[in-house]
Amino acid sequence: MQFRLEKRAEPSKAMLYLTPIGAVLVTAIVGAIIFSLIGYNGIGAVREIFLTPILNPLKWQDLAVKAAPLIIIAVGLSIGYRANVWNIGAEGQYILGGLAGTGIALLTRDFSGPWILPLMILGGMAGGMAWAVLPALLRTKLQVNEILTSLMLTYVAIQLLNYLVIGPWKDPMGFGFPQTRMFTADQMLPHIIPGTIVHLGAPIAIVVALIAWFVMSRSVFGYQVKVVGAAPHAARYGGFSVNRTIWLALLTSGALAGLAGVLEVAGPFGRMVPSFPTNYGFTAIIVAFLGRLHPIGIIFAGLAMAIAVVGGEVAQTTIQLPAAAVGIFQAMMLFFLLASDILVRYRIRAVGKRSVEATS
Amino acid sequence: MSADLIVAIIITLIGASTPILIAALGELVVEKSGVLNLGVEGMMLIGAVIAFAVTYTSGNPWLGIVCAAIASAAASMIFAFLTLTLSANQVATGLALTIFGTGFSALFGQAYTGRPIEIFRSVFPTELATHPFWRLVFGHSPLVYFSLFLVFAVWWFLKKTRAGLILRAVGENDLSAHSIGYSVIGVRYAAVAFGGAMAGIAGSCFPLLLTPQWAERLTAGRGWIALALVVFAAWRPFRLLGGAYLFGLVMTIELYTKASGSTGGIPSEFWAALPYLSTIAVLVLISLRRSGQSAAPACLGRPFLPTN
Repeated sequence: MQFRLEKRAEPSKAMLYLTPIGAVLVTAIVGAIIFSLIGYNGIGAVREIFLTPILNPLKWQDLAVKAAPLIIIAVGLSIGYRANVWNIGAEGQYILGGLAGTGIALLTRDFSGPWILPLMILGGMAGGMAWAVLPALLRTKLQVNEILTSLMLTYVAIQLLNYLVIGPWKDPMGFGFPQTRMFTADQMLPHIIPGTIVHLGAPIAIVVALIAWFVMSRSVFGYQVKVVGAAPHAARYGGFSVNRTIWLALLTSGALAGLAGVLEVAGPFGRMVPSFPTNYGFTAIIVAFLGRLHPIGIIFAGLAMAIAVVGGEVAQTTIQLPAAAVGIFQAMMLFFLLASDILVRYRIRAVGKRSVEATS
Repeated sequence: MSADLIVAIIITLIGASTPILIAALGELVVEKSGVLNLGVEGMMLIGAVIAFAVTYTSGNPWLGIVCAAIASAAASMIFAFLTLTLSANQVATGLALTIFGTGFSALFGQAYTGRPIEIFRSVFPTELATHPFWRLVFGHSPLVYFSLFLVFAVWWFLKKTRAGLILRAVGENDLSAHSIGYSVIGVRYAAVAFGGAMAGIAGSCFPLLLTPQWAERLTAGRGWIALALVVFAAWRPFRLLGGAYLFGLVMTIELYTKASGSTGGIPSEFWAALPYLSTIAVLVLISLRRSGQSAAPACLGRPFLPTN
């Protein structure tokens, strides 16, 4: 008995939707085995990471809080990835969004009114977008690869954050801690469910995904993005501007990463602190793929990843699993997903030895 | 400036460049075979933590370096299997490898945080290196001599050997190489494994040569700078040497401003951001100079699909 790969005439829709679920399941099984082998309680780790956040209603609000930024950033990234624009600097754009929002918050301390928060949000989006301008400019004008430029700018953003919270933005009453002042009530996101930590970011994430779904499936822009990604030559022939698509994809993903940043700083953080880089920008890359680069898929993928993030925190306190373990689970998820992609394009056929010889 | 200080600066500069140079030479061979592996940063972190753990436990840095090379080469095989056998997207798989390496090194290194090991010093007797000039010749870590040997070895392999010619053919035109009977996938597996091993050795430079203790994300993006350097060097080993030392100079400036405490009125964070800003500047310069035709191997990043 041997196995052979046979190309499908059409990519399999069923496999496209089933493989992400399969990837999560296989990750849980293989993760349990690997963690047992290196001396942790493997089954306990998997239970805490994948099940506790679902089974414990107290953790549901954490899921909403963690999923929101992941969904918002991943939706933005997916637009670019569809067009073969590889923005991997979302973490930097997220930081800049947070910084721009903080800057406006510090400027408007002496004011009050419902206009302050929307202004901060717009500022945050502009900040994230600004951090994507350089990669877009260099890619379209000089064919410089956006992978490296957007990533390098992330390291620059971290230094900028350090400089601001240690230097000019440091809270004078903060007992020497490198952080800004606490935001005022007008500068913080309202909680949408009283008595919980779920803030306005959660519904915003859903709305962002729905708008992106509408734009990607119903508008010329969405069509253009798909054509540019799948067949750049055809796109040029069809009169689509590849450069304009690159600009739009990078600016949109930058603005959305910035939006996630300002929502975090005005939500859970309430001030800018050196620990603001939370790795959401990188985790969102996995969310984008796990959601099949589709806005609705990304909502589910964002929730799944939030389960792993929240579960990782649970496992840290209950079974002393190091925080880094979650990173390994996330990477495994992506590995298994990418590996199973072959099932979308090929079908596995079991064949007898004789027929192999006959066909070869 | 005294001769001693100048020599000290040059030795620091060369040390700081060494991991980038080794990792970039490995990636250069990978890219010459037509594969783009963005997992360099992750593989370097795996190498760094393995080198630290083995050296700390055994007291033998040589063993640490060898184990680092093996571990990172093994990690690169995950990438190779996904991209070459299953033809998964190379960009996404490389990113996954970096995320994996970051998590693995943080998990594995946790037990070693705060424990010191000894810097892997010169193999030559110290009497040879009493005069400043002789210190420039004999005063380096064995890893530095290895990196210089590697520049020559990679150049010689690619330019002067039959195997190097086949590797380049596979990277420039995989279909032709396949049709005259070379195993495209086999050559690429070997190249990815070599790149992985070199990234591992590059990673071992961090605990053994630069900062003799373990910290999370010790490599701080140097793997990504190595990737940029390959573009900067237009896929040529000796130009890579110059580029790496240029970066070493930038990083040495950062180290000295931090150590001396006088940052010249410029915030220290600016100096810390300088290597990354320089990388962008270098990418811009290279694209300005390059007219029309890119020097990149023609099959770079594309999956190999012989018949379908």
